[in-house]
Amino acid sequence: MPTVRYMVSCMIRLEGVTKRYADGTVAVDNLSFEAPEGKITVLVGPSGCGKTTSLRMINRMIEPTEGKIFVDGKDASSLKPAELRRSIGYVIQHAGLFPHRTVLSNVQTVPNLLKWDKKRAKDRAMEVLELVGLGGDFAKRYPGQLSGGQQQRVGVARALAGDPTVMLMDEPFSAIDPVVREVLQDEFLSLQERLGTTIVMVTHDIDEAIKLGHRIAVLREGGTLAQFSSPDDLLAHPNDDFVAGFVGRDRGYRALSFQRAEVPIYPAQPVELGDRPLPDEEWSIVVDANRHPIGWVERDAVEGPISQSDLQLGGTLAEEHGSLRGFLDAALSSPSGRGVVVNEGRLVGTLRPQEVLQIIRKAPRPSGDTIAGDSE
Amino acid sequence: MISSVFDWLSTPANWEGDRGIISQTLTHLEYSLIALVCAALIAVPMGLYIGHTGRGRVVAVSIAGGFRAIPSLGVLFIAVLLLLPRLRGELAFALPSLIVLVILAIPPILSGVYAGIAEVDPAARDAAKGMGMTGSQVLWQVEVPNALPLMFSGMRSAMLQIIATATIAAVVGLGGLGRFLIDGQATRDYDEMAGGALLVAALALLVDFVFGLVQRFVVSPGLTKTA
Repeated sequence: MPTVRYMVSCMIRLEGVTKRYADGTVAVDNLSFEAPEGKITVLVGPSGCGKTTSLRMINRMIEPTEGKIFVDGKDASSLKPAELRRSIGYVIQHAGLFPHRTVLSNVQTVPNLLKWDKKRAKDRAMEVLELVGLGGDFAKRYPGQLSGGQQQRVGVARALAGDPTVMLMDEPFSAIDPVVREVLQDEFLSLQERLGTTIVMVTHDIDEAIKLGHRIAVLREGGTLAQFSSPDDLLAHPNDDFVAGFVGRDRGYRALSFQRAEVPIYPAQPVELGDRPLPDEEWSIVVDANRHPIGWVERDAVEGPISQSDLQLGGTLAEEHGSLRGFLDAALSSPSGRGVVVNEGRLVGTLRPQEVLQIIRKAPRPSGDTIAGDSE
Repeated sequence: MISSVFDWLSTPANWEGDRGIISQTLTHLEYSLIALVCAALIAVPMGLYIGHTGRGRVVAVSIAGGFRAIPSLGVLFIAVLLLLPRLRGELAFALPSLIVLVILAIPPILSGVYAGIAEVDPAARDAAKGMGMTGSQVLWQVEVPNALPLMFSGMRSAMLQIIATATIAAVVGLGGLGRFLIDGQATRDYDEMAGGALLVAALALLVDFVFGLVQRFVVSPGLTKTA
């Protein structure tokens, strides 16, 4: 049966799903898409585009008016709502932890609903708390004693505890301050990669969508699908003005995140604190004992051995096998005019901005886009 | 004046016997607890239903408001007049007193339960449902435990009003601490009246203290502790 083979590769499938309310408002209009297995699919769009409604129809928190939703090959409407939901992880904006229960007991919610035995439920809860970086002492605390970021980690742990193959996340990071949000997003990405959970996530933040999504569904007001594609494709080939406008001004620059290319890397002779700057170079790169770059020094600005206060910081570091965006950013932000390239934090060499731009200029790109370095 | 009230309170003879302070206090407490339990049996399920479903909020508000406006003495006399021909003995007076106290206690309990449930963090409720709790699991595992502080404050305020008002049972000839007020007035024994009033206040405070202890034991520390 062809449909069976088809379902193996997609964990969640929406077929012509429409949500119409009694007063005639259409929240979601004939929406179809597939969330591939083991990947993150992000629903993004302006407020009122029906993205949260679409997400909540997957675990039947909202019942669709028309259309069908398949979860792991099964028609969601054929299952009991409570049983369906126990098999799906669910993370919401403000975590929604139970304030009267300890962190441990919050995380055990789904295992308890699934009637796992006590020991197994507790071991599993401790395991997932460890996964989200809240091991040990945190288990005994109450949600009111945690920061917003910690609460959201507990929220993720709670969703993972029942070992779901599918997870739904409704604006999981939007109530968290930007610095912590970055950290949580990065942790979340590596966690997802390790666990291979299929995730459908809602956000209003296109940057978050591009950062986290393997597939992005852009919805417009009235709940119709404007575009469904990979993030690089979305940036490079927006379907129409709405998508182009929503994706934003810097999309050309952001698109570089998805382009990989070989850039000539020049070996650099590093110095350490206490050394003198290299006599033949205007700028020398300073590394610590582990060859981790810690800054640049300007030859003419330093007298005697290099001290901490001579260091000029501020340049970002490019990963050796990273994206063009990383290379360009490292080159543009370096005080010396040379971008620093590292591998696992260790100095590899430096690169030149002109050469990065040259490669960008040769790289294939859609017509009509302006990319940094395009104008001469 | 104060010392003579104290004299009345410290006279051992006033404490003893089936018309003494101890016996009347126990009777008073008995009426009060029966009234509280009856009121709770009516108001708690109503409050849970209204808070959980969000249906019938108007009913709750009008009951809470309207019942408060009912004059206790008026209800007592009407109930006695209506029930006297139909009931025998002490019950003909006890039941009307109970009705008055129950009517009095319903509004605070109802609003405490309803408000407690309605004020549970919507995100917690949404998460509970989204993780696969059934309606009754959401109610008993999430809504009720979180509503307990407000439920308790409703109960405690109901109990204070019941204890204060249970004195009116004495108006229709029943026992309780109200006896000292009524009898004292009849015999112009103002020490007895003031002593009775003090005893009512002391009983109310004591019972409230006990409820407070129970509350501390029953309510999750997560609802009182914060970082």
